[in-house]
Amino acid sequence: MWSYTLRRVLLTLPTLLIVVTVCYLLLHATPGGPFDGERKVSAEVLANLQAKYHLGEPLWKQYLLYLDGLLHGDLGASFRYADWSVNELVLRALPVSLAIGGVSMALAIVIGVLLGVAAALRRNSIADYALMLVSNAGNAFPSFVIGPVLILVFAIALKWLPAGGWDDFDPRYMALPVALLVMINVATVGRVTRASLIEVMNTPYIRTARAKGLAMHTIVLRHALKPTLIPVVSVIGPLAIQSITAAVVTESVFSLPGIGKLIVNGAANRDYTLVLGLVVLVTVVAVLLNLLVDLAYAWLDPKIRY
Amino acid sequence: MKSASLSATLEQAVAGRSPWQDARVRFLRNKAAVVSLALLAIITLACIAGPWLLPNQFDSADWNAMSVPPTFAHWHLFGTDETGRDLFVRCLIGGRVSLMIGALATLTSVTLGIVWGAVAGFIGGRVDNAMMRFVDMMYAIPYLLIAILMVTLLGREFYLVVLTITVFSWMDMARVVRGQTLAIRSKEYVEAARAIGVPTRRIIVRHVVPNLLGIVAIYTTVTVPGVILTESVLSFLGLGVQEPMTSWGVLIQDGVGVMESAPWILLFPAALLSITLYCINFVGDGLRDALDPKDR
Amino acid sequence: MPLLEVKGLQVEFRTHDAAVRAVNGVSFTLEEGETLGIVGESGSGKSQSVLAMLGLLASNGRATGEALYRGENLIGMPARALNRIRGNRLSMIFQDPMSSLNPYLTIERQMTEVLELHKNLTRREAKKRAIAMLEAVRIPEAAHRIGQYPHELSGGMRQRVMIAMALLCEPEVLFADEPTTALDVTVQAQVLQLLRDLQRDFGTSIVLITHDLGVVAGLCEKVMVMYGGRVMEQCDAATLFAKPSHPYTIGLLRALPRLDQQGGELAGIPGNPPNMAHPPAGCPFHERCADATAECAEREPALETVRTSGTHATHWLRACHRPVDAMTTRYQESSHV
Repeated sequence: MWSYTLRRVLLTLPTLLIVVTVCYLLLHATPGGPFDGERKVSAEVLANLQAKYHLGEPLWKQYLLYLDGLLHGDLGASFRYADWSVNELVLRALPVSLAIGGVSMALAIVIGVLLGVAAALRRNSIADYALMLVSNAGNAFPSFVIGPVLILVFAIALKWLPAGGWDDFDPRYMALPVALLVMINVATVGRVTRASLIEVMNTPYIRTARAKGLAMHTIVLRHALKPTLIPVVSVIGPLAIQSITAAVVTESVFSLPGIGKLIVNGAANRDYTLVLGLVVLVTVVAVLLNLLVDLAYAWLDPKIRY
Repeated sequence: MKSASLSATLEQAVAGRSPWQDARVRFLRNKAAVVSLALLAIITLACIAGPWLLPNQFDSADWNAMSVPPTFAHWHLFGTDETGRDLFVRCLIGGRVSLMIGALATLTSVTLGIVWGAVAGFIGGRVDNAMMRFVDMMYAIPYLLIAILMVTLLGREFYLVVLTITVFSWMDMARVVRGQTLAIRSKEYVEAARAIGVPTRRIIVRHVVPNLLGIVAIYTTVTVPGVILTESVLSFLGLGVQEPMTSWGVLIQDGVGVMESAPWILLFPAALLSITLYCINFVGDGLRDALDPKDR
Repeated sequence: MPLLEVKGLQVEFRTHDAAVRAVNGVSFTLEEGETLGIVGESGSGKSQSVLAMLGLLASNGRATGEALYRGENLIGMPARALNRIRGNRLSMIFQDPMSSLNPYLTIERQMTEVLELHKNLTRREAKKRAIAMLEAVRIPEAAHRIGQYPHELSGGMRQRVMIAMALLCEPEVLFADEPTTALDVTVQAQVLQLLRDLQRDFGTSIVLITHDLGVVAGLCEKVMVMYGGRVMEQCDAATLFAKPSHPYTIGLLRALPRLDQQGGELAGIPGNPPNMAHPPAGCPFHERCADATAECAEREPALETVRTSGTHATHWLRACHRPVDAMTTRYQESSHV
């Protein structure tokens, strides 16, 4: 088990390294970019950049120093705002994104699994059709379509909730963004759970369980649930990564001051270094999340464990 | 006695159909897929031919007709936007761009994916391993962020947008083609062909390619909506194609801004985009069912 | 009253194209302590008959008819009542022990739950009893093995675990669906010996489903031959092997390679199994039968008693239009060199 963990961790490092390197090189290659001497920047920003990115040194040294900085948690300096470092901007935006993302992921998993199990056990019932409906809607309609529609219905027509913005973790401002993200993810989780449980219920070992006279709820909870959830876990990894993408759109639609909004604004302002720092951060988080999910998967399946 | 019973058995055998005919029949039986295909054809045709046939220009502002709701007057079937530009024509022009980028980016990603997958699957061994590790790596990266980064740094020229989208859309096809190539390579009839000395190129053309066609067709229809969606998201965030070009994503973003007062500006392009994606999904599902009915 | 009495059992599956009648009127009885072997090719309906009795058919299957266990009809019994019987008084073991045991649960969990459920034992008591049963089926280091997962055991051991699991509640009937087919020949012999010994020690009746006549010869007192969803012949084993009277049985026996005869070709049964979505009229075997007449193609032969003999007044039943003696003589002539 531990050798498996070690191997997976070791495999992840090259990924991270390559991503960071590619981003960094892209930054250098950009004409008119921060490291191109011709770019006009204010004196304060230039001073910041000189200090943070060691612009005087040869490229390889700059790169290594940048990596060193990363390892110490320093994401760099903004290209636009002399006063702010990327770290400070991140610290203000991160809690927002984490709150929305965490809550919606947890809800999506719980609701998705429940719906999927209900749908699998009672085919062609209300639960089954409800799941298929949400599943198709969540999948086919892009998030930036569903989002505005939600606002139209709940904020503008019904006036139950605010149309956007943020007020210190006030649930009313979190409701619609979370609803959007849950809708998108519940579809996938539900579908995978349903398909997985249907397959598991058709296995020979479930037939043996029935032959032993076990009640249906015992069979589902004790015999079927674990093998059913294993494919679901493997889906959560990519889902979390997709959620990061969805979060960017969601934060745009609902004007939430999170990391996604920061990235989009940075891109619009051509604040290269800010975008670079944020992308590196989020990618690292995403890759690590993936790793965690892989390890959980291995832990669940006894065949891999031994 | 044995030969008599054998020929009797053969006579009794039912006449079969070729797998392609079978697939076509099954596809046509799938009403959702057929209707979707027809709708897609209509939308595509409208986007291509519509702007030439309609009297309104997509970029001509009419200060007398700002934010007009849908009406039959002046052919403003979808209404106008805040500067008086006809929304119907803008939707069709936007459709041109969205669909064109969709087609181009699909073409490039599919090509890249097939080449990558086929090479990896055919060579096998460590090369295959390395190539597939790379694919895994690409999967682990949240594409939108890198896409945003690329667009920020490289610019928003048309071809660059296509490039950005391609970079993140080829992996599914590569994985699937590689799997199929591996499976075909180890099938008995390929081994047999090799054993009797059929040259490698003939093997590829005769055996590998026809078996790949099915899965390539399926995954192309899976790639298309993803590509169109990526372009729309980028445009929605203001990072896609630049003025004066417009696409459905841009139109939707415009619409969100004036949602409260003029909801049609949001709803029409949103509906068009959603219907197109929905239809492509149904066609893809229909293809998948037609070509591999066991795989429900 | 016989332990198990099946009358006119029919099983039908609803598919996209047509309804498939897998079992088309099966009847038999089983007494206490008896071993019955059900023999037939793939698709003859032998497994589905038993699955129907225990309520284990696939979701698109429907069973009709009667399967009376001590007078109660198992067909159509509600799940709650059925659950009190299966695993407890009627048990079943399946063909492939690897896929029939839950790979995600330990042996202990899969065994103790049966005792906890049916005999109301505590986990600890159940574990003790399970270990004892594992030792009874001759699994070495039972106390250690019980904590393992199925994939850590060999094929033969897994099948023994399945047998142990099925016998934990001391059932009256053990149904065994091709229990040795997935095993090596040497392991097969061990498992059969095990079943024989267990039957002797516990007095369990056994219904053994198999396509292997050798297995039947080694273990069963009574044999039932099925084809095309129907019973062809049913009698005690000795009679079946010495004086088979049904063309299909004769064909099966003739197809067995003999070590005491030199040369000659292996005799198969020409033709293909019937399409159960469109079963042939008349006798299901008539298309492949060397002795078929016009009547065989038109009228389905009824299962009739030929003679009564043996310990439990075993009936010799047969479904064929051709006369018994002619067939028996034919077999005896051809099988002697």
